[in-house]
This record gives sequence, structure tokens and C-alpha cells, in this order.
Amino acid sequence: MSLLALRGVACVRGGRRLFEGLDLVLEPGGAALIAGPNGAGKSSLIRLAAGLLRAEAGTVERSAPAALADDNPALDAKLGLGRALAFWSGLDGADPAAAMAAMGLAPLAQVPVRMLSTGQRKRAALARVLASGAPLWLLDEPANGLDADGEARLEAAIAAHRAGGGAVLAASHQPLPLAGAARVRLG
Amino acid sequence: MSALVRRELRIAATGGSALLPLIFFLLVATLFPFAVGPDAPLLARTGGGALWMAALLAALLPVDRLVEPDRAAGVLDQLALRGISEESVALAKLGGHWLSFGPPLMLAAIPAAALIKLPAAVLVRLELGLLAGTPGLAALSLIVAALTSGLRTTGALAGLLMLPLAVPILIFGAGLVGAEGDSGALKLLAALSLLYVAIAPFAAGAAIRAARD
Repeated sequence: MSLLALRGVACVRGGRRLFEGLDLVLEPGGAALIAGPNGAGKSSLIRLAAGLLRAEAGTVERSAPAALADDNPALDAKLGLGRALAFWSGLDGADPAAAMAAMGLAPLAQVPVRMLSTGQRKRAALARVLASGAPLWLLDEPANGLDADGEARLEAAIAAHRAGGGAVLAASHQPLPLAGAARVRLG
Repeated sequence: MSALVRRELRIAATGGSALLPLIFFLLVATLFPFAVGPDAPLLARTGGGALWMAALLAALLPVDRLVEPDRAAGVLDQLALRGISEESVALAKLGGHWLSFGPPLMLAAIPAAALIKLPAAVLVRLELGLLAGTPGLAALSLIVAALTSGLRTTGALAGLLMLPLAVPILIFGAGLVGAEGDSGALKLLAALSLLYVAIAPFAAGAAIRAARD
């Protein structure tokens, strides 16, 4: 039973055909890395997989809940990080504490989201994905803004997630260490 | 759903923007006697209509913070990803918006009525009208906020979109204030308000979905 299956998918944005005839299947424990130049449609493919964009042609089937981390942190800027994450984990019925610790955010629980740096925001978005408990992770440029420690934590989190039967679809122009990941080349 | 409504209320309360419509409303009530002169009978006759105008414009003030910040921050995407329909999100926003705007406005109407020396019976009709009419105003602001989210200059456009639709609310609201006895204006006002409230989640939900493409 695959978690995500894209068949013959085409994407048109602003009248431009970004890609077509794209096939991608993610099994539990699997991973796929989308690569390509700027504007090739990496983020659009992630949003297609999330169901936030409609495919121009082809089908997108998702058999499990997905969690998305993209450029938008989607955290209330005025709240402390702990409470901002707790809003989402409240909807997911999960506990954000372990995810915050996994991303090294535990000391920042009281700090308002608007005071966080770019890298810390990225860690927070990843912690939201970790805490969601969704089997399918959709990561748009997950390593952007992360320092060496952050990248190592991201790597460890992805490895643990895949070992637990989850799947990861990541778009990145940086090399992401995804063992045995399928490569999707756009553009 | 209740988590969403609570979030809306918290944002309204902590943003300080919940106070703006109230201050605006009271400011209009303060300025009105300066504009028409301190003639008590004239003030009592025209004051109710002026307060309705103020309530209508106060409802327009928070339009730019109802939907756009959530769209820009990706909150709407994250909610959609969790299988929460755009209509539910819009309904939660409608509830949160009305709670942070309707009842406070009804409270502010009491000192405002004192400022323009409205008789007690008129104040009661004004409050009844606000109770029936503010949900409709909140629904209209939400629809317009969802339609204009993602655009660069929302302020003037929001006014142009919303004010024509709000004309019937204004007519029946002000008519109720000026009417003696049972004129049916309250029923028409409530019916209209109900119509807007019923349409708003679907219209705003569709607009949120359309803004995503």
C-alpha cells in the first residue's frame, strides 16, 4: 500500500507548463528527492502532493495524512514557540515537547515566534511536522537556513521517521542525505 | 472547531485591533454633535442613523487582518492539510470575528447613545438592531476579507465591495431606530443578517480555495 502515488501528473502555473507526465510512488519507509533549478516546479510538486494545488492532468492519490513544511512557518508570531506549536499539535492530538527536543528547540519554548531567527523558524516548522504524527512528510527546502547541528537533527529525524514506516518527499537544491531516495529531476 | 474560534478570539484580543472599531465608533459619536450642532431634538432624530453608519464603517476596519495574515503565513494551507474544510475555517472565523466585534459594539453603543442624548426607547431599538445586524456585518466583512486576501491594496477595494451589500442592513437598522412601534424592520434586518451569515462560510471558503491557485 503506497502512501503517495502520482500518475502522469502535469502542472501549469501562470500559463507555463512546468512539467508533465510525472510518475512517483512512495512506499512506507521510502523517500524521494526533487531536484531542479529555480522555478522548475519543485514547490508546486510538493503542493500538488499536499493537495493544495490541482493537477492539470493525471492523478494524485494519498492514502495517509501528510505534514507539510515549506517557507511559511504558519505559527502565530506573538505567541511563545511552545504555545504556537501546541495549537497545531492540539489539532493533531499530539504532544509537541518531544518534537521540540528533537529539533533542539526546547530552550526556546517561551520565546515569541517573531523573535526567532530564520534557522530557528525552519526548525520550528520541522518540529511541527515531527509532532504531527503524519506518515507522509512533504518538505520544501528543509535544509534552508539550518546550521550543521540543525541539518544533523533533520537527518536523524528523517531516518527515524522512515525507520518507523513513514515516507518523505523533499524538494531541495542542496544535497540532502536521503539513503536510497528516488530522484525526481525537474526542468 | 472550538480551537479555531479560540485562536481567532486570542488574535483579536492580543492584536489590539479589537479595540480599534470600538474607539472609532465612540469617536464618531463624539464628533457627530460637533458637526450638526448641540440641538437635542435634532440629535435624537438623526443620531441613531449616524451610529449605524459608524457601526458599518467600524465593521470595515478589521477586514485586512481577518484572512490575509493567515493566508500569508501558511496557516490556511496547514488547516487544509489536516482535512479541515475551508468552509469550517470560514465559519470559525465568522464566529470569532462576530464575538470580538458585535457584543463590544453593543456595549459601546450605550455611552455613544449618551453622547448624542438618544432617548432610552431609541437606545433599546438601536441595541436590538445591532444584535440582529452585526452578524450580517461580520459575515460581509469576512466575505470581503477572503475575496481581497492576497491583493496588495485591500482597504479601498474592500470598502467598494462591502458597502453596497451593506446598504439593506443600514436601511433596516436605521429604519428600526427611527420607527415607532413594530414596523417589521427588525424582522427584515434579522432575515437579511441570517442570509449573509448563511452565505458567508461558502463564499469565503470558495474565495480562500481560489486564492490558493
